Amino acid sequence: MRDHLGRPLVAVTGMGLVTPLGFGREESWQGLLAGRSGIRRITRFPTGHLKTTIAGQVTLPGEEALASPERVERMAELAAAEAVEQAGIGGRFPGPLFLGMPPVEVEWPQRLDLARAGAGYPAMIAAATGRLGLFETFLFGGIGERLAERFGTRGAPVSVTTACATGASAIQLGLEAIQRGEAAAALCIGAEGSVAPEPLVRFSLLAALSTRNDEPERASRPFERTREGFVLSEGAAALVLESLEAAEARGAEVLGLVLGAGERADSFHRTRSNPDGGAIIGAMRAAIADAGIEPAQIGYVNAHGTGTPENDKMETLGMRAVFGEAPPPISSNKSMIGHTLSAAGAIEAVASLLTIRDGMLPPTINHEVPDPAIPLDVVPNAARPAKVERVLSNSFGFGGQNVCLVLGAAP
Amino acid sequence: MSEAVWITGIGLASSLGEGVEVHRMALREAGLRPVVDETGFAPFPIHPMPALAFDAQIPKKGDQRQMEPWQRLGTYAAGLALDHAGARGLVGDMHLLVAAGGGERDVALDEAICAELAALPPEEAGALLNERLANGLRPTLFLAQLSNLLAGNISIVHGVTGSSRTFMGEEAAGAEAVRIAAARLAEGRGEVALVGGAYVAGRWDMLLLFSTSGGLWRGPWAPLAERPGGGMVTGSIGAFLVLETERHARARGARGLALLGAARRGAARRRGEDSARASAAALAEGLALRPGHAVISGASGAPEALAEERAFLASLAGAGPVRFTADLLGHGVEASFPASLALGALAIAEGLAAQALVTGFGLWRGEALAMLEEA
Repeated sequence: MRDHLGRPLVAVTGMGLVTPLGFGREESWQGLLAGRSGIRRITRFPTGHLKTTIAGQVTLPGEEALASPERVERMAELAAAEAVEQAGIGGRFPGPLFLGMPPVEVEWPQRLDLARAGAGYPAMIAAATGRLGLFETFLFGGIGERLAERFGTRGAPVSVTTACATGASAIQLGLEAIQRGEAAAALCIGAEGSVAPEPLVRFSLLAALSTRNDEPERASRPFERTREGFVLSEGAAALVLESLEAAEARGAEVLGLVLGAGERADSFHRTRSNPDGGAIIGAMRAAIADAGIEPAQIGYVNAHGTGTPENDKMETLGMRAVFGEAPPPISSNKSMIGHTLSAAGAIEAVASLLTIRDGMLPPTINHEVPDPAIPLDVVPNAARPAKVERVLSNSFGFGGQNVCLVLGAAP
Repeated sequence: MSEAVWITGIGLASSLGEGVEVHRMALREAGLRPVVDETGFAPFPIHPMPALAFDAQIPKKGDQRQMEPWQRLGTYAAGLALDHAGARGLVGDMHLLVAAGGGERDVALDEAICAELAALPPEEAGALLNERLANGLRPTLFLAQLSNLLAGNISIVHGVTGSSRTFMGEEAAGAEAVRIAAARLAEGRGEVALVGGAYVAGRWDMLLLFSTSGGLWRGPWAPLAERPGGGMVTGSIGAFLVLETERHARARGARGLALLGAARRGAARRRGEDSARASAAALAEGLALRPGHAVISGASGAPEALAEERAFLASLAGAGPVRFTADLLGHGVEASFPASLALGALAIAEGLAAQALVTGFGLWRGEALAMLEEA
C-alpha cells in the first residue's frame, strides 16, 4: 500500500475521455487502436484568410452559441461524469478537484456585441458593466467553481496551466495531494476548447501548425520525415485517483497506478528546448526515479509527439539519453487526435492506462517516410499487441514546461 | 507540516515603488496617501505601474520585448525577491509557483477591428475577422500574454528551473501557489521555492472583465472603508516571495523574515449557510492566534465579501488592527495574496507585530488565510 518512499500508492479507479474520435472512453480508445484520424476541415466558423483550416473538433450540442470556456466546461463535465461513474462514486466526490485548462478571456462574439454601442474600450465597458453572466463565464476561476459544484468535490478547486503539459500537471497535483495525505481521492481533469479563429492565427504566427489543409487526416505526422507542425485539437480527459488503500477498502476496481511524476523547467527559450535536451531528459529521469524503477522497466512510452520538427527531434534525443541504444516503443496519440494542448497530458495518461489494460500499443499513423534522425520504434501505422506493465507519458510545453508521468498496471 | 518554512526573500514592485524599504515605510505611516491615477482610465481610478529600470533585473532588451507589462513587472519582482533572499545561487533546483491571469491584449487592434466589424452581419464579419487578426496580431503577442509565460520568462531570465507551475483563478490562484509551495517544502520535496504573481491595473481589457462584475469603484480614490456601496480599485503589483525550509536557510546563514505557520484555502459557494465567513472560520480552526495579532487583509473592496470578512474577523478573539493591502497598493487580483503575505512578513521582520493573520477573500470566490510568526 506504500511506495518506495513510504508514500501511499495511488490508484486510478475511473477514467473518462472526450476526443475528436468520440464521446466516451471506449469509443475514443477504439478509434486510437484502429488508427483512425479525427482531424477534419474546420466547420464551426469561417476559415477564409486562415493559413490552417483543419483541426480536431468535438461537436457539442448547441455549440454555435458556446464560448471557449463554456466548451471547456462541457467537455470536462462529460469526461468527469464518465470517470466518476466508472469509479462507482455516487454523491459528493470525496476529494479535491484539480483542473488543467487553458487561459480564458472575453472573446470576439462578445467583444463585437459590446462594441455595437461604440467600438472603444470605454464604451464597451459601459455596455458590459454589471453583466454578471459575462463575468462568471470569463473569470479564470469560473470553470473550476462550477465543476466543483457539479461533482461536489471537497475544498477549493485548483486550476493549473503549464501550456502543453497542463493535463499532466493536473494529475501530478492530485498524485501529490494523496501522497501528502491531504486527500484520499482526487478528481483530475485536463480540458481544452481553443479551436477558434484567434488561437489558430496565434499559433500560425508562431509557425507551429501544419498547413496540410487538403489532407486533414494525413496532416498530423509525428516522428515522420515530412512533418511540418501540429494540428490544433480539443477534448477532455478525467481520472479519479484514490489511495490504493481507500480504493481497496471500498471494493473499487483498480484500473492502474500512478507510480510517479517528474518535472523540470527549461530556461533556454520561450518555444524551444535547450539543444542539450537537459530539461526533457531531467523530467523523464525524475519521473522514473520518482516511481522507484529503472528505465529498463518502462515497456512503452506515450509520446508528447506533436509533429513539429523541433519537438520530435528533442523527444528523440531524450529517448536515446534516458533509454540508451534500445529504447522501448514510443507512439503518438496526436497523430490521430491532434494536439489537445491543455487536455493532452490527461488524455494520454488515460490512453497509457488503456494500453496496459488491453496489451495493445496504439500506433503513430501517417508514418510514410521514416526520418533517419529518429531511430525509434514509433509503432508505425498499426496497433500492436504487447504486454506492458509500465508506461512513461511525456508532456512538454511552451515556456519550458516538462512533465512526465509513470503509469503502471494494477497490483 | 514537518519542516518549518520561512520567508527569506521579498520582491515587491507597486505603484509605491520597488523594494522592501518603500513598502516598509508605507506600513509604518498610518495615513499614507497611495499613488493613484484618477484620469488615465477614468472613471476608474487605478494604481499605476511604477517607473522601473527594467534593465537591472531583465538585462536583455530582447527578453523585455518578448513580454507584456504584467510579465515584465512579475519577472522584475521575482528578481528582487531572489536578490533579497541572496538566493541567486539556488535557482537551479528552486521550485517556481506563479499565479497568473491573462488579458493584456492589443487594445488598439481590438478597437480597430470592433469599429470595422461590429455593425456587420456575423457571416460577413467572420472572414474579415480572420484577415484582420492574421495581418494585425504581432507574432510575439501570444507568448507575451500567455498565462504560463510569466513563469517561462522567470525561468529564462533568472534561471529558476526546479519546477514550474502556474495557477489560475483570480485571488485564489495566488493563495494556492503559496499553499502548494509551502506544502511541498514542508514535506521535504525541495528546499526553496519562488512564489508570487503580477497584475497591471492600467489595462482597458482587464477593466472590461472586472466591470462586468459591477464592482469597480468609480470617481475619486477613497480608502476601502470609505467607499459607499463598496468597490474595487485595481493596483499594479508584482509580488514574489522566496520560501525556504528553516533548516536550509539556517545552514546557509540566511535570515528568516517570518515563519509561515499556515497557508490554507477554502471556497464557499457564498449562498445561504455556505458563506465566506463560515469558510474562513473553518480555515481558522486550530490556528494558534494570540491576542493583538496584526491582520493584513487582502479585501478587494467588493462589498459583500468585505462584510463577510469583517464578520469573520469580529469572531476572532483579540484580533488587532486591520490593514488593507488595497489601501496601500490597490487590489492586485492574482498578485494580491502574495503581496499581502509580503507586507505581513515585513511587519513581522520590522517588529511591528509578533504575529500576523493574512486574509484573502476573493472578489467572487475563494477564501484564504495565512499565519505568520517571528522566525
